[in-house]
Amino acid sequence: MNPAENMLPAGKGGFWIDTGKTGIASWIFSTDHKRIGLLYFWSVFGFFLVGVLLGLLIRIELMAPGRTIMGPQTYNALFTVHGVVMVFLFIIPGFQGSFGNLVMPIQIGSRDVAFPRLNLFSWWLYIAGAAIILTSLFTGGGPPDTGWTFYLPFSERTGTNVSLAVFGVFIVGFSSILTGVNFVTTIHRLRAEGMTWGRLPLFVWSLYATAWVQILATPILGITLVLIIAERLLGTGLFDPARGGDPLMYQHLFWIYSHPAVYIMILPAMGVVTEIIPVFSRKPIFGYRMIAFSSLAIAAAGSLVWGHHMFTSGMSDTAILVFSFLTFVVAIPSAIKVFNWVSTLYRGSISLEAPMLFALSFILLFSIGGLTGLILGAAATDIHVHDTHFVVGHFHYVIFGGSGFAFFGAMHYWLPKFYGRRYAEKPAILGWGLMFVGFNILYFTMMVLGMEGMPRRYYDYLPEFARLNFVSTMGSWILAVGLAILLVNLFRGLRSGEPVGNNPWGGATLEWSIPTPPPTENFAKEPVVTHGPYDFRGAGIP
Amino acid sequence: MNTTTHVIGYRTLTAVWLGLMALTALTVWVSRHSLGIGHVWGSLAIAALKGGLVIAFFMHMRYEGRLLRGLLFVTLVTLACFIGLTFFDVLYR
Repeated sequence: MNPAENMLPAGKGGFWIDTGKTGIASWIFSTDHKRIGLLYFWSVFGFFLVGVLLGLLIRIELMAPGRTIMGPQTYNALFTVHGVVMVFLFIIPGFQGSFGNLVMPIQIGSRDVAFPRLNLFSWWLYIAGAAIILTSLFTGGGPPDTGWTFYLPFSERTGTNVSLAVFGVFIVGFSSILTGVNFVTTIHRLRAEGMTWGRLPLFVWSLYATAWVQILATPILGITLVLIIAERLLGTGLFDPARGGDPLMYQHLFWIYSHPAVYIMILPAMGVVTEIIPVFSRKPIFGYRMIAFSSLAIAAAGSLVWGHHMFTSGMSDTAILVFSFLTFVVAIPSAIKVFNWVSTLYRGSISLEAPMLFALSFILLFSIGGLTGLILGAAATDIHVHDTHFVVGHFHYVIFGGSGFAFFGAMHYWLPKFYGRRYAEKPAILGWGLMFVGFNILYFTMMVLGMEGMPRRYYDYLPEFARLNFVSTMGSWILAVGLAILLVNLFRGLRSGEPVGNNPWGGATLEWSIPTPPPTENFAKEPVVTHGPYDFRGAGIP
Repeated sequence: MNTTTHVIGYRTLTAVWLGLMALTALTVWVSRHSLGIGHVWGSLAIAALKGGLVIAFFMHMRYEGRLLRGLLFVTLVTLACFIGLTFFDVLYR
């Protein structure tokens, strides 16, 4: 840190106090994008912790063959709720809602998003949907046991509380659509003078691409969920072959949304990594235009590959060929990003602080997740590992190793800016190290188990899988210890850590040019942008 | 930002509404008669026409500028891709 910045007064300022409003109402009815961003952050993070707890319980149950701590029905409910909470309540709204809201308007030189009240309404819809999902766990027939995919015909026949849970997800989907509309409009209409499309920070480009996926794909999830409710309540027979329906049509509809949803989860994470790497390499980003283009290309191509989830479902061979080819196409823009990140690192003055460690681990873990995705994208190999633990390991490498690690990187990179204080570096690195080791023990072992033939979502397993399941559970505990150290250190730092100045990392994007914490209006006068987001000349590199 | 609004007359709106009702009746008729391959394509064509009328008149897209029309075009192409790719399964199963 720049010694001069240590002289700045400690404690909160800016948007925390400058409106003169305090109390819970000043938060839950605020239209300030920063307050809404923090509302989202604490909401999604709370659900993340719930999801972590459920995941740990699942791993304890699988630690040894037979019953360990729960019965099969509880186990089915647990992996369903773990998936629903992590996918719909944490990672899909996570980046856009929290860091998108906190950072994006400032990065484009705006005072707020285009529709501030709609922004607040989005958060309220998210909370309402989450409350409905939580209600479904304790009412009716109890928590859903269908898996987060709600596949028919089982989700039509199960006596658990599926209808209420999918209605909650339906409401959360509306929140996502409205955020997407808000962000597209904001990025088109509220950029500061001189903030051309070629000067947009690449995090903003990633949010823009993601917002389009939210707008175009989420309505299809809404329709699909309504059809589940119609099947259960009205017996419409849309997916019942005995009544002229088609069960595969449900899978098409579900995955038309849910595969692009993976890109809602990963694209902003890529944007975070693209912000962190040049700052901690002390070098401009390599291949700005190609990274921006690849965000759009991933959003576009990634929306057309959903059929690779259905290779063993009885879908036509022609469709398998087409979807397999399209799946391989998505690897191209993803690889463009990876090569550009590595090229940015090349000959940089790399500073291995916590945000950078998370960004570097993202590159490795996402690459493993992406490459194992090609095994699943090729029909011939997918048939062997479909619905095994290999898929679970692959998915977690992409979403936890990718999006999750990027989320922690973003927390360490941006939260000090909004809290005015920072974490201690050594415990953060210790926490990261334990998480990285635990993560790989937990999920790489799952991929090996899958290769050996252990099915996913099974309550019990054959004795030959016992040793690796035990190892995997040990990995989950190491990961949990690392996570605990990381979070205690971060949140204690944000509360009472060392004060930070306006630009602790030496970034060149606009959020580092305004006071810490930012004032409610962000900029004292509307900024005029004269250089690109990674032009570090004069950016105050410490 | 353009803040002007375009007022559409009741006569036009009523004509569009009647057109939509007629197309709905046609949808029902098509669903009850076996037209072979034309069954699906006919239904899709009618649905597309109805959607087009709603977008053009009720959602005022007929009177909007190039940016919004372009954004709508992207949306429609995406939807067409979603439906089209599904047919690689349905038609060849």
